[in-house]
Parts: sequence; structure tokens; C-alpha cells
Amino acid sequence: MKAPISADSWQYRQINARAPGLNYLSQGLIDLVADGHSIAVGTADLQYSNGLNRFAEKHPERFIQFGISEQNMVSAAAGIATTGTMPFVATFASFLALLCCEQIRTDVAYSALPVRLIGHHAGISLGFYGTSHHATEDLAITRSIADLTVVAPADGPQLAAAIRASIHHPHPIYFRIGRGQEPVVYPDDIKFEFGKAIVHEYGQDITLIATGTMLHPTLAAAALLRDEGLSVGVIDMPTVKPLDSEAVLKAAATTSVIMTVEEHNIIGGLGGAVAEILAEQVTRARLVRHGIQDEYSLIAPPTHLYRHYQLDAPGIAQVAREAVGIPGGKRHAG
Amino acid sequence: MLNSVSGEKATFPSVPVTSDEVDLLKDRSLFIRLETIRLISIAKVGHYTSVFSCAEIFAALYYDVMCLKKGEPKWEERDRFLMGKGHAAVGLYPILADWAFFDKSLLDGYTRLGNPLGDHPDMRKVPGVDFSSGSIGHALSGGLGMVLGARFQEQAINVYVLLGDGEMHEGQVWEAALSAAHHKTGNLVAIVDRNGYQLDGKVDDILGIEPLADKWRAFGWQVHEVDGHDVEAVANLLRFLKEDTDRTQPVCIIAQTIKGKGIEYMETEPGWHLGWLAPEDEALAIEEITLKGGAK
Repeated sequence: MKAPISADSWQYRQINARAPGLNYLSQGLIDLVADGHSIAVGTADLQYSNGLNRFAEKHPERFIQFGISEQNMVSAAAGIATTGTMPFVATFASFLALLCCEQIRTDVAYSALPVRLIGHHAGISLGFYGTSHHATEDLAITRSIADLTVVAPADGPQLAAAIRASIHHPHPIYFRIGRGQEPVVYPDDIKFEFGKAIVHEYGQDITLIATGTMLHPTLAAAALLRDEGLSVGVIDMPTVKPLDSEAVLKAAATTSVIMTVEEHNIIGGLGGAVAEILAEQVTRARLVRHGIQDEYSLIAPPTHLYRHYQLDAPGIAQVAREAVGIPGGKRHAG
Repeated sequence: MLNSVSGEKATFPSVPVTSDEVDLLKDRSLFIRLETIRLISIAKVGHYTSVFSCAEIFAALYYDVMCLKKGEPKWEERDRFLMGKGHAAVGLYPILADWAFFDKSLLDGYTRLGNPLGDHPDMRKVPGVDFSSGSIGHALSGGLGMVLGARFQEQAINVYVLLGDGEMHEGQVWEAALSAAHHKTGNLVAIVDRNGYQLDGKVDDILGIEPLADKWRAFGWQVHEVDGHDVEAVANLLRFLKEDTDRTQPVCIIAQTIKGKGIEYMETEPGWHLGWLAPEDEALAIEEITLKGGAK
């Protein structure tokens, strides 16, 4: 047999076709080279998982394969940044933020070098690959590192826009992205501004603040709730640090409940960041943090996990109903 | 006398160091040791012996082989120096001040509140420090990154990374070693200060690293061994390596050194990795080191 007989069969090098959202990562980087910027792009044996093979094919001279040596990759990126070339290095979020935490803190952030760290397949998006591959702590870790900007784009267009905008951002950045299968929310020509929330709707009963991959199901959940007569606000918070505290406080002044939605432990991530702001102010809003409830995820296909942890649209809507006092649901149903 | 063994070929430069230059390098080695004693007297604790083992290496790099511009620590074409054994920074600061990268008066406030000079070198605070360190094991990766980055900028720089022998325990060193050979970084030179000791005792008792030269060779590096206190041999080897611009292999120099070189009791008591000399001992130490002239 020279080849599989079914057109549905596929192998790792064809995985890009299944993750269209990651096209935008390479595209944003290719755009930067086209605009004449000196960048270098590296990965640690995951060029097909993160789609950077597209960049590598277009600009092999600017692509560095580090092999399965993530810590070396992050420290070397710091070294590259000292020479005036901006490095973008990518690996699974779990390895980047946890395995390379100290290299990020000491070599990149403390040294104030403009390195762009791209943690992909964040949260529980690697499903049945298990806890070693899940990253539900990365926002908490990176957010506690001074001078590091933390960004979780909601979809491909916002990711590409953030990558392009990052060339002028003076600080090191941790990009937290998903697995590239997220539905698209924004148009291709969206602009990205670091530190700015994007208000989709204002609402008086509840305001949902989502980050990263959770924006799409949160918008869908809000639509469900509005059909039930609730006044629902939705804020996209792509920059988790520095957090747009003005947007949070403005929502807190006009809504009864603020509910954060993140594919992350409720400790230390978006929910933690919003809690810190609300705790220091007198507002009318009560806070509910929705996410992974300080536990390790079960093993299952990602969509099953999102359903189980109520991180899909029906689940988010149900948690929101409970938050505003509408009975009828329980957490982690099933 | 040249005391370098490559095992493969001659390592003599086309223009060897002259006797006047050797005298200058010995004088600078002495200066490094004496300034280290002075600065540690301000902090009242420090790593005398870690500097004393690499004083000749510092001298050969900064006063003979590295391409630098006085008063211009950010000059883009400069050669770079990183130290994995960041705890020897106290010996580097006087050199950087000597190059007018910052005002000499800062040395007098070493480790005092608000002064940029701490036990470990900090590129964010100290002009002339090319890479921060303190956590052992990162520097070779940082140096590798500088070589790769300089390629994008089409800069012909040399990058020197001083590593401790205890640092060989860190896994990231070997990640960087693999990567540097793979990416053919001929202008990357690692220098292992093989002084034989780390905090808890002898390196080879704690976690053996021999055969060290064979390990680096097996990782694809060109290896040289040298008496790290023979400043003439060190300088000639570094000159030779700088001339060999066709080389694609990164280079590892294993510098055989003595921890605490210059003070007899420090050479035999590993506890002096960290310590402080009371004024009367400080005076005697200055006398002993000055008498020996810094290098043999």
C-alpha cells in the first residue's frame, strides 16, 4: 500500500488543514517580514502543530528550529532580541509557561527584551492528551511576571492583528492562543490595541467578560440569554495584563453581576485579575468567576470537555442564569 | 609559554602576544583581583575565589581579544561576553568601569541600596553587561541567540560565554550545546572555568562531569584545553580562534584553573566560595596577591 485509500485519512503534516485559525499566526508574521521588519521565528519541534511551517516555507532563513529544547529556545530568543531582531518563539502553552517560567522571568521579562512568546493549544484544548499538555495555569504565572504583557486573542484575525501590532510594543509579550479550530468572531481587517477591552454589548442584569477562545461561546451564550429576556453585556478582554480596569469598573457601575469566562483556573487568570480590581473599589456588581474550578481536567475530546466544564455556549448561559438567580442548573452537570 | 592542546591541530596565532602585552595582561589580572577584594570589603560578603580562578580569562578577553569601543557599551559591532557563573560579576565590574561603560564611582557603592552593581550581573541596570545572569545554565543559550541574531543583522561578532564547571550539571547547557553545533555557530566560544569546586564541595564528588572534553567533542564542538592562569596561553588561543573565521564548529575551551588562585588558604579550602576578609586579613591578602603579581 503506497497511500491511504480514504481521502479522510490524514497524517500530522496535514494537520494545518484542521486548524485554520493558526494560518493567521504565520500570516501575521509573514506580513511583518513583508513590511521590512527584522524578525526571527522559532519553534520546538511543533511547526505543524502551530502552523509555523507556513512561515518556514516562505522565509526559511528567518525560521529557527530549536528541537525539543524549550528552555534553550526561550533564553536564545532573549539573546536574539539583544541584537535588534525581534524573536517570536512558539510551543505548547503548558511547556512555554510552566517549563520555561524561569527563563521567561529572568532572561526575557526582567531583562526587558522585546521577545514574543506564543503559547498555543492553551487551556484544555489538547483534550485527551491529558494534564501534561493542558495549560490552565499559564495566565496566572505570566500575569505575575512584572513587565510582561499577556494577551489572549479570541480568534485568528485578532491574533494576526495582535502579532502585527506587537512590532511596536515595547514590552515582552506572552500570547496565549488556542488550537486554531476556534470559530472566527472578527473581520480580517480588525486592528489590535494592547490593553484595551472591546465592548460588544452593554447589559444591566449581567456582563460577561471573556478572554481568548472563550469569546465566541460567550457571545453565543449572551444571545441565548437575551432571547430569555435578560439584559446581557459582553466584553472581550484580549489583554489580560495590563488589564483594562476602566472597562471593568464601567461595567461594574451599570450591571448587577460580572461574570468572567476563561479556559483557565479561576485562580490567578482573568477572574483573578477582575477580582483584584473589584475588591479595591465599591461597586454594585457581584463577581462570578467561571472557568476551571481549581482542578485538573478530565480526559476527553476537547468539545466534550468544554461541554462538561460548561465552557460551551449552553454551559456558559447556564452558569450565567445561576449567577443572576435563575434556578434550574448545576455546575459540572453529569 | 603556550600551553594549549587541541588534539587536532596547531593553535598558534599569526601574531602572538608580545612580552609587553603579557605584562599588561598580568597587570590587569592583578587589578581584577585587587578590585574584587576592595568591592567585597564594601559588600562584606562575596565570591573571591570564583573571580580569582577566572581573572586571567577576564583579562585576556577584555584587554586583548574582544573588540570593544571605550565608552560605548551599546556599540552594535562589539564582541559579546556572557557569564553563566554570574557570581563572578564582582570581578567584571571594575573592567567595565575601566572601559568607561559607566562611571568608576559606582564601584564604590557596590551592592549598596540603589546602586546597579549587585552580586550577579544585570544588563538592565549595568551598561556593558551583555546578558543578565544569576540562575546557572541560561547563558550559553543567550550567547547562541546573540550569534543567531547577529546573522540576521549581518554582523560579524564573536560571542564568548564563561561557564562554571558546576554549571555543567544544568540540562539547559547541553540543550544549547546541541543547538549551537547544529546551527554551525563557529563564532561562539564557551570557556569552562574548570576550577573543580562548587558550593557543596568538589564538582567530581557531587556530580561527576568527566570526561568533559569528550562530552563537548561528542556534542560537535571543537575543544581546546588550556592552563587558565597562563594568561599568555589563554590570549594566544583566543587570538588563534578569532583568526579562524572559516570555522563552523562552536568552540569549547576547558580552562584548567585553581579556585581562589593567588591566596594560599583559599586555594585549599572550598568554603571560600563565599566569604569575607576582615580588614587585617584583607591587608595580608592584598600583600600576597601583589607579591605574586596576579599570574604566575
